[in-house]
Amino acid sequence: MNIYDIIFYLFAAVTVLSAFFVVTTRNIVRAAFFLLFTFFGVAGIYVLLGADFVAIVQLIVYVGGILILLIFGVMITNKITEVEIKTGTINTLPSAIGVGLLTGMIGAVILNTEWLQVNSPMPQSTLSALGSILLNEYVLVFELLGILLLVALIGAASMARK
Amino acid sequence: MEVTLTHFLVVSTILFSLGIYGIITRKNAIMVLMGIELILNASNINFIAFSRFGNFGLEGQLYALFVIVLAAAEAAIALAIVLNVYKTFVNVNVDEIDELRD
Repeated sequence: MNIYDIIFYLFAAVTVLSAFFVVTTRNIVRAAFFLLFTFFGVAGIYVLLGADFVAIVQLIVYVGGILILLIFGVMITNKITEVEIKTGTINTLPSAIGVGLLTGMIGAVILNTEWLQVNSPMPQSTLSALGSILLNEYVLVFELLGILLLVALIGAASMARK
Repeated sequence: MEVTLTHFLVVSTILFSLGIYGIITRKNAIMVLMGIELILNASNINFIAFSRFGNFGLEGQLYALFVIVLAAAEAAIALAIVLNVYKTFVNVNVDEIDELRD
């Protein structure tokens, strides 16, 4: 049990526990903060897998962008005069059974498949390699993502004004 | 126990299932969006785990970057829609929004 395994189990426990509390707590703002911890745990897992650039992008875009957007949405779509913002749940027991079955099925498939694993050494720094792939082989996807972001920006701004 | 590919896949499966549970059981539209973000993060962990342990070079991490970009665009548009729904119906519970406008 070396230090890599210990840190992996730590980050995995943080991620899974926070995700569990995201979907079971009744307070929306608390769920948003547990989602923050989930994103941090996932970024830690990315670093353990050698994806350093994707981990930083995850922190910037998800924590610094999407989570702030979600909290603004919570603020705007609830009446300000209520003291605490609570939300209800429906169909907890049937969906727990169904989701448990789904997890069991997928887990059984994962644990019984002989994955073809190639133990390559940990990549040193993925930044320049990702940059050159993005602009050489995947330049079309890059441009399309730029256009998609432009369309999403125009659409969201024109939908959300009075 | 030595950490191999299956450990990361099990973590991503649990996140995926919790995301689906969040989408099914939550009434508030923003909680449903949080469940969707959990599902997207689970699939990202899958991409990067296979990129590390398979023979795919760095393309798995590139696809994870694309998924993050798409998740950001989709969260922005989904929140614009939720704001419009709030303006019309004055609440955002997904099981009470059940009539079209005349």
